[in-house]
Amino acid sequence: MRRSREPFLWALFSGGGMLAALFLPAAILILWVAAPLGWVDLTVYDTFAGLVRHPAARLALFGFVSLALFHWAHRFRYTLYDGLQLYHLNDLIATLTYGSAAVLSLAAGVILIIL
Amino acid sequence: MGGPVNPGDTRHHPRWYRRRIPIFWWLGKVSYTRFIIRELTSLAVGYAALVLVLQVWCLARGPESYDRFVSWLQLRPVVALHIVVLGVLVYHSATWLSLAPKALVLRLAGRRLPGAVVLSMHYAGWLVASAAVLWLLLAG
Repeated sequence: MRRSREPFLWALFSGGGMLAALFLPAAILILWVAAPLGWVDLTVYDTFAGLVRHPAARLALFGFVSLALFHWAHRFRYTLYDGLQLYHLNDLIATLTYGSAAVLSLAAGVILIIL
Repeated sequence: MGGPVNPGDTRHHPRWYRRRIPIFWWLGKVSYTRFIIRELTSLAVGYAALVLVLQVWCLARGPESYDRFVSWLQLRPVVALHIVVLGVLVYHSATWLSLAPKALVLRLAGRRLPGAVVLSMHYAGWLVASAAVLWLLLAG
């Protein structure tokens, strides 16, 4: 990987980080904590089952998920690199992290297409 | 692959100039540990994004499939895991938005906006986005 790809990867990292920072805590609080504990009564199925099939919803979800995955890949790559001092494994770590993000994004894309 | 980014890397220098740093160097000082925890919040971001896709998938496959997903969400260990994930995600948001004044230089009428203004704008954005999510999920 040439050094010149770094700004592009950083943009994915940055976009995913910003979207996650703005939207994830509220979504996870309601969907995965408040609703399962019975604090709120959601009608997610009735409201959203049709809505998620809309092309705009699929596209938005795909954009969000892939940016979030590349955010993870970029940040985790440098955490391993700096945190665990794995300088000699730089190429391998980059391939594994960005590769996982790409494969998982692709899988999410397929799921969102066949929905 | 490009060259090493870390200035401590000594690939092109004699090895004996390399100072050995223990692997758990970041446990020695609170600010270093906080840095590593901040970087590891990315695990929660990736996990949440992936599982949200699974939730949407189950949602689209029909009521039975979605019910199964909801009963998985209600398992005690899963709720406990998701409370931790939520805490980590809030930490991600707080640390991410706090970096905005350093990452973003905004000018108004030729003068740089003070960091406190940029910071408040980002936290206001977090508030608005959270309110939009709550409205979307709870108003249905």
